[in-house]
Amino acid sequence: MAEPMKIRAVLKGDVADIRVLIAHPMETGQRKDAKGEIVPLHFIQGITVALNGKTVYDGQWSQAVSRNPVFAVRVKGAKAGDKVSVTWVDNKGEKRTDEAAVAAAS
Amino acid sequence: MKKTRRSFLQLAGGMCAIVALGAAGLLRTAAARAATWNKAGFDAKAFADAMKSIGAAGATESKDIVITAPDIAENGAVVPVEVTSRIPGTESISIVAEKNPFPLVATVDLANGSEPYTYVRIKMGQTSDVYAVVKAGGKVFTAKKEIKITVGGCG
Repeated sequence: MAEPMKIRAVLKGDVADIRVLIAHPMETGQRKDAKGEIVPLHFIQGITVALNGKTVYDGQWSQAVSRNPVFAVRVKGAKAGDKVSVTWVDNKGEKRTDEAAVAAAS
Repeated sequence: MKKTRRSFLQLAGGMCAIVALGAAGLLRTAAARAATWNKAGFDAKAFADAMKSIGAAGATESKDIVITAPDIAENGAVVPVEVTSRIPGTESISIVAEKNPFPLVATVDLANGSEPYTYVRIKMGQTSDVYAVVKAGGKVFTAKKEIKITVGGCG
């Protein structure tokens, strides 16, 4: 989780397509490690995406979201240079925020 | 923090929807969101309980919710699910995998220009119907799609 999130925000017309890859184990609490012991539940519960400071995506996740989650959100009315901010908080209280700018369509 | 939020709401002026959404707490932080996490819903093991927890008991089936996902996913640990809603006023989209040990997978509230769209990769334990639940204008709608799983992905 020390790894930054990969945030790609690209404009298609006036819609920003924001795709995020997060480094997180998203443990279900059902997996056993090499010693045969259960790896405890460890997953992202709260995840928000803001565009220029306004929340556009306010998500509650379960441990059934895949390991190293990939998710996307699309926002209308965006412009190149708009600031995208993604924050997650997990069930252990660990958190992380990363930012990126919306890129013009190429 | 309070002063900034108040000024922001004043700037929003006559945009009643945004003020209402702000008052309803949609401008909360991820930390606050984790604190209001739908524990009862996410802990539900029965599909009916999970659906009830998100207000989907008795929801209307809708053809205006499009679920794009593989018919067959070889790896149940990474199943891409995309939901597009054509229902006006879509405020939230939830994903529920009926046969998962804990069926409720995610609930996403959308605001401030967010398109009625969501994409996320999920784990599925076995072949199952995956439901998309959309809340719009005070009503709840659902659609479903069966996804066949070759190798389960929960454990």
